[in-house]
Amino acid sequence: MADKRAIFKDVPGRMYIGLTLLLIVGTIGLVLPWFTPTDPLEWYASPRNQTPSLDHLLGTTSLGQDIFWLLTWAVRNSLILGVTVAFFSTLIGVFLGLMAGYVGGPLDRTLSFLMDALICIPTLPILILLAALFGGQLSLWAAGIALVIFNWPFPGRQVRAVALSMREREFVNVAWFSGEGQSRILVRHIFPYIAGWSAANFVNTVLVAVATESALAVIGLSSATQATVGTMIYWALEYQALLGERYVWIGAPVIAIVALFIGLFLLSSGLAMRSADRRMSI
Amino acid sequence: MALASFILQRLLVYVLVLVVGMTILFFVPRFAPTDPVDAMLAKVTSQSGYMDASQVDSLRQSLSDTFGLSGTLMEQYGAFLRRIFVEFDFGPSLSMYPTPVMELIGNALPWTFGLLLSATVIAWVIGNFVGLLAGWKPESNAGRVMEGLAICLYPIPYYIIALILSVLFSYVWPIFPLATTIRGAPWSWDLVQSIVWNSFLPAMSIVITTFGWWIISVKAQTQSLKEEEFIRYARLKGLSDARLLGRYVLPNALLPQITFLALQIGLMFNGSLITEIIFDYPGLGLLIYTAVLQGDYNLLMGTISLSIVAVATATMIIDFLYPLVDPRIRHG
Repeated sequence: MADKRAIFKDVPGRMYIGLTLLLIVGTIGLVLPWFTPTDPLEWYASPRNQTPSLDHLLGTTSLGQDIFWLLTWAVRNSLILGVTVAFFSTLIGVFLGLMAGYVGGPLDRTLSFLMDALICIPTLPILILLAALFGGQLSLWAAGIALVIFNWPFPGRQVRAVALSMREREFVNVAWFSGEGQSRILVRHIFPYIAGWSAANFVNTVLVAVATESALAVIGLSSATQATVGTMIYWALEYQALLGERYVWIGAPVIAIVALFIGLFLLSSGLAMRSADRRMSI
Repeated sequence: MALASFILQRLLVYVLVLVVGMTILFFVPRFAPTDPVDAMLAKVTSQSGYMDASQVDSLRQSLSDTFGLSGTLMEQYGAFLRRIFVEFDFGPSLSMYPTPVMELIGNALPWTFGLLLSATVIAWVIGNFVGLLAGWKPESNAGRVMEGLAICLYPIPYYIIALILSVLFSYVWPIFPLATTIRGAPWSWDLVQSIVWNSFLPAMSIVITTFGWWIISVKAQTQSLKEEEFIRYARLKGLSDARLLGRYVLPNALLPQITFLALQIGLMFNGSLITEIIFDYPGLGLLIYTAVLQGDYNLLMGTISLSIVAVATATMIIDFLYPLVDPRIRHG
């Protein structure tokens, strides 16, 4: 049908834009930090409040940090946190979701209730509580673990639903009666159906994790010893970068995070549409 | 009865959410590196040097109760749950002693509730309306522009939009207040005006970041509905576009939107916390923030337990709207 193709016509374009944005942000965060001349977190390593110049590409902060190199470290830490959280959330979610959907019975009921419950609990208040109990600052490790605990149910629920419908499909029965083991059926026959969607969800979880950590950082409750995009915004606000008209200091992390989020969203929705397209054609 | 079992099952999930949430709250302080009771006592006694021994003891008792630290583990857990679900009591606030925590929460809750409710309704109505039209005519320029706008706005976090709005409209072009100050006699027109005036930017920052999602998702719904047989039949029957959209497409496109709304409440609540802090808006978010800054653990545990209860309750209420719009659950 011509119309149906029209729905997905813009999918590749959307994914290319997303990938380009991610490539730029990824270069800033994963390649450039290797070339930093000095530790960009160190205070008063450079003259303070410089405007952009050849020595300091984006100028310096009121604390005498080079904004460009600080930004590369901030993006790196945010990306590492996001990808780690997304990796473990997806891994746990896919594993438990497959188990719940495929095994069924009391295990399924228990896991489903747990997933429903965790999805309804707002993450940020819990993170704020943790930060307060850890003396007003939450280390990236603790934030990451908490984020995994609250983010695995999202892929878990979706995977469970797919696995549940798969159990009734003919080819799974055929595989079962030809003597294939449970784990082989899960890996060889059911996993391909959820792989595309899981990839989309993985990208989306990176977004959620980075966003939540930076929200915590903007109100000053994330790690102060590690640079993240959120803590950079926090320090810029704390030193009145806006009123002092040092727009680069606050603008650089804001633009980086917006580019990262739009890139991640375009990639994840593109992936989700493509996997939906493929599933429909089966 | 399908409806009865739907409601029962949903109530069961609600109770379970509360139990899981409170269990997490019960165990989290036990993982903290410092003993919150000692840290808190040291802070309070150093601030007000005139406390005598009995006062310190009663404060220690109250703090231990808040964290559920007296008795065996099971007793502690039981006492903790009873405090939250039966007594609705979190003790006095430590930074605004002796105002009870519940009173502070009671003052803050209507603000958060009003802000979130109005912002959600505005975003939901605008987003679904625009998304419906964009999905109906996906090839039109207006449809493309709206979807592009939605894609660019949706992934941007609340606090970025809140910051940009506050810079643009209270600093560069100061037409709205930078921090919230509500003035006016109770129940007067001035008060209403002042509330709307002060709530406009916080509400807009929530609206702008959420309505994109409604556009994207209702547009996809509408596009796939357009291919359905019953829509084609209705069109061949010669129905007008308006009637097709209103009677055939809209009800079916809205069904999944209600489920999404229930799933989004938690995220929106997170967003409203940050927005309130940025705009100094006197809701639950600002209260949590004050509690953290002041090290007021009674207030902190109270506000955070209550936000979990509030989000769980709101999610359930939205889920209960589902049978109202979907006759299949009522009669199935």
